[in-house]
Amino acid sequence: MRKLLYRSALGIMVLLFNSHLFAQDEDLLKLLGEDKPKKERIKYAFKSPRVINGHSMEFLNPGTMDFRILHRFGELNKGYKNFFGLDQASMRMGFDFGILQNLMAGIGRSTYKKEVDAYIKYAPIRQSKGPWSSPVTFALVSGITLDGLPWADPTRKNFYTSRLAYYFQAIIGRKFSEQFSLQISPTMVHKNLVQLQTDVNNIYAIGVGGRIKLSKRIAFTWDYSHVLIGMPDSGYYNPLSVGFDIETGGHVFQLHFSNSTGMNERAFITETTGNWGKGEVRFGFNLSRVFQIKKKKAEKK
Amino acid sequence: MKNLFVMTIALLVAMTGMSQKFYTKNGQINFDATSPASPEKIEGINRSATCVVDTKSGNMQFAALMKGFAFERALMEEHFNENYVESDKYPKAEFKGEIKNSDKVDFTKDGNYTVKIKGKLTMHGESNDVETEAKISIQNGKIKATADLNVLLSDYKVSIPGLVADKVSKTVKISVSCLLEPLKS
Repeated sequence: MRKLLYRSALGIMVLLFNSHLFAQDEDLLKLLGEDKPKKERIKYAFKSPRVINGHSMEFLNPGTMDFRILHRFGELNKGYKNFFGLDQASMRMGFDFGILQNLMAGIGRSTYKKEVDAYIKYAPIRQSKGPWSSPVTFALVSGITLDGLPWADPTRKNFYTSRLAYYFQAIIGRKFSEQFSLQISPTMVHKNLVQLQTDVNNIYAIGVGGRIKLSKRIAFTWDYSHVLIGMPDSGYYNPLSVGFDIETGGHVFQLHFSNSTGMNERAFITETTGNWGKGEVRFGFNLSRVFQIKKKKAEKK
Repeated sequence: MKNLFVMTIALLVAMTGMSQKFYTKNGQINFDATSPASPEKIEGINRSATCVVDTKSGNMQFAALMKGFAFERALMEEHFNENYVESDKYPKAEFKGEIKNSDKVDFTKDGNYTVKIKGKLTMHGESNDVETEAKISIQNGKIKATADLNVLLSDYKVSIPGLVADKVSKTVKISVSCLLEPLKS
């Protein structure tokens, strides 16, 4: 019995001494236990809430305003006489507001058709990692456009609502890696009034937008919409834009080539007349400057 | 034989008493990279740093998630994570070091001390030796500690683009403050 007690006491001492020796070199932070994995939203899939023309899966931060100036020049194939299109320009000026982390709204006006457009964008699901996470962002956009041109035919009875068109879009996007983001966006555009009797009022399209980051501040982007139903028989093409996002601190420059002139969903999905094959491509740029209009409240413990 | 048993118990008590560890999970880290030419304050704050101090050996360790830094301006936070510290690639900043003169501090009684801290700071994938002074005060069995530290961004390969080079300070002032509680194991 005594021997047993003696041995166990010795055993305890050895154990204690050993654990004490280990303690010198241990990872102290391990003592607190492993951090529980938290749900974390995947951010910055795109540099801006627009891929090029179309909406991206990204949102503005709450409390910020994005002042966007968009330019589309003339067609490149017009040659030196028009300085490869730079003599003409079409623009859209817009203000976008981040309201919540997953809610934003914006308004803009384009010189093309003197059109005013407004939209609201909401994401019920954001891409995240950790427990209960979603692999994709799912966002919904609803917008309205108002044509500002004089009536094409003033002799007939014209309704104010004939100036309006609507669009509804779902965006399913995923940031696959730091370098690569991809999204698809089924879209429906409804025009209250169409030009020809043969034109349809509802146009259905699917958009594919993506980004490949080339460096910390430069990314290659593309934005394509394929009209599935409602494309007029001739003279219209699917809009394709390719370009680069360049971030310089406060600004994001999006430089690109596109066959569309329009800068809202109605205009670029349904009224793109340029043909890439014939070089009817325009140089364009989007300039985005984000302002913090409401300061973040410092979290209080 | 009874003596040996008593001795063992005594030793056990003494050892647990000696290897006292203190910790926090909500230490505060501020950082300030404002330069005289900055148009606005460049400040971030992290309120969820973890820290463990072994008062017996003087060893201490600090860890903070880079994404835990909050900024007044959302864009600044984006740039911080995306362009400067690349927090997806290097999610954590860690400090592993020791309190140089911990034997001069009586952690069992209330009092104020200034101690030297030396160790390795790892962030953005780079490790550097750092040394600083910290003020600690013992209050009701808890340790209140504050320390300031200046680090050179180039030591951690955080590059600032030429366009904003004069608007971001090349040295960053880091202030740490935390309240450490005894760790019950």
